[in-house]
Amino acid sequence: MNFLNYIIRRILLLVVVLIGVTLIIFAILTLFSPEQRASAFIRDIKQLSDINSIIKTYGLDRPVYVQYYYWIRQVLSGNFGWSTTVSRTVMDAFKFFLPNTVELALYSAPLIILVGIWLGSISAVHRDKPVDHFTRFLAIIGWSLPTFWFGLVLLMVFYGYFRGLFPPEILGYKAQAYVNSADFVQYTRINTIDALLNGKLWIFVDAVRHLVLPVITLTVVQIALVMRIMRSSMLEAMGKGYVLTARAKGASQKVVIKKHARRNALLPVVTVSGWLFAQLMAGVVITETIFNRKGLGWWWAHAATQLDIPAVLMAVLFNGVLFVVTNLVVDILYAYIDPRVRLG
Amino acid sequence: MYFLKKRRVVREFEQHPRLKEFRFSFGKIVKNPLSVTGLSLIFIFFMIAVFAPVISPPKYEHEPFRIPHEGYSIIPNPPGPGHPFGTTTKQYDIFYGVIWGARTAFRIGFMVVGSILIIGIAVGSVSGYFGGIVDEILMRVVDIFMSLPLFILAMAIVTALGRSLDNIMRSLIIVGWPIYARTIRSSILTIREEDFIKAAKALGAGTFKIIFKHILPNAIYPALILASLDIGAMVLTAAALSFLGLGAQEGYADWGQMVSLARNYIVGPQGQPFLFWYVVTIPGLFILFFVLGWNLLGDALRDIFDPKLRRK
Repeated sequence: MNFLNYIIRRILLLVVVLIGVTLIIFAILTLFSPEQRASAFIRDIKQLSDINSIIKTYGLDRPVYVQYYYWIRQVLSGNFGWSTTVSRTVMDAFKFFLPNTVELALYSAPLIILVGIWLGSISAVHRDKPVDHFTRFLAIIGWSLPTFWFGLVLLMVFYGYFRGLFPPEILGYKAQAYVNSADFVQYTRINTIDALLNGKLWIFVDAVRHLVLPVITLTVVQIALVMRIMRSSMLEAMGKGYVLTARAKGASQKVVIKKHARRNALLPVVTVSGWLFAQLMAGVVITETIFNRKGLGWWWAHAATQLDIPAVLMAVLFNGVLFVVTNLVVDILYAYIDPRVRLG
Repeated sequence: MYFLKKRRVVREFEQHPRLKEFRFSFGKIVKNPLSVTGLSLIFIFFMIAVFAPVISPPKYEHEPFRIPHEGYSIIPNPPGPGHPFGTTTKQYDIFYGVIWGARTAFRIGFMVVGSILIIGIAVGSVSGYFGGIVDEILMRVVDIFMSLPLFILAMAIVTALGRSLDNIMRSLIIVGWPIYARTIRSSILTIREEDFIKAAKALGAGTFKIIFKHILPNAIYPALILASLDIGAMVLTAAALSFLGLGAQEGYADWGQMVSLARNYIVGPQGQPFLFWYVVTIPGLFILFFVLGWNLLGDALRDIFDPKLRRK
């Protein structure tokens, strides 16, 4: 019962935060003039002549709270407006770009978390030894690297020097043509998965070659956070009584680290993984722009430079919802794993 | 008599606990190789920024941040006489750009972090000291801001304000303060319950005196460490926004904008893949080392001021 109460309380809080997020977005929206905002509803250049009637219909010259009501009604009915950068409705564009971003996240997120945990625990076990210094140094470098520059340097080496070994974009033109043809069934629109489902290995290889550099870029830059948290929580766990007890009972170093220290040290990493997702989305914007992968991040970056307001606002809303929901899931998982949270 | 009194005052001053703690911390900073490396990097960049007019005299006296360029050829030229680091597309001098870019970086770092520190301290101390409904409202606002990714929110705000370097700084200030407010608040909450605060209250000290003289000096360390780490992070975020094309206009001495200019010259022609290496690599290395300097310092400070590790 207690657990259920906890979840209900969290969901209620989520609603409050989401309303707050829409308020912030709306505050950003009011920085634009009514004419600029009316462009969200214009699909055809001919409509520009009666821009005043659009302003009237959507109530863009009304008081702020009335506008908020109109706007939230539009958003709730799924009408985010028209994205001028890609000439589609925002919802269509979102559905179109989502699979490519999911693909990128699908390969980077596990890599960041697993490698980060591994490096962090190695670093803690060998505290103040060369291994520790080396991994910490790497983490600090990764933390300081400008994502956009690192991606460009990788391209310079692996696309320029090794003539086209790991190219930018999503697929080579041959593979792209085949993927778009009728012979290829697009189940998920995630290329690597579809290629395997269709049994076309060469498309899979092509997609992976295009994925290598973006995944490396994202991982190197984001891994530092997981490593740092894992290291410090592992250090704390290693000093705890239960580790001493395990050692006193004659457990080997391997068992002590794997079964006793690391399991307990994982909890703080679970806590930050929601935050990690938010960071990942920011990295995705830059990475997709550098490698010209047409995903959500690429779309948002182009929208931001071309004053495509509906797309940018959708980016903020999507990220807010994503962050709040992942945090909710993480908290529930956390309460499930750790009884102290549930009962406290 | 006077001489003796003066010596006593000096000795008392030297034994002041805050000064003793400062000396202890300073000793640790100087002995830690990471923080020394970080400090040296920052010092080098500081010198570059201060002596920019000497190292690279401006061509346009009233607009020193405008990078001089000779001609409009879009093909970059390699390092040579007159252009130690070569020229980027449209013949902007890379050396001039990176030298004056150091000033831009310091301006972004100090302005953004300084502003969010002030806002964070103000909101955090009000929230932490008064508590109750004020605290509840302020912290829900902080929650809402912190549930949006900093980079994407900043991107949206720059889009709304219009693209320019100043607007990047404004947007980073708007999105950056909440975490400071929360940090200050939580350290105030622990200090508020300490005995010396009760003693100060019992002696009749006013609210402002208690906040500024007794609570803040003890509560501010976590925020200061966060700030030293954030100078690097904010410069990095500003550079990324500039790279996307939301920053200063073309030809402004800003590292992010210079990397952005280099985007079309990553890969050289057939047979010479690294022909234009200098265009991308040099401004990027300046960003990397600047941010690295602040991160090394902040990282070492965090270990030094961590109460769990401090006296070990």
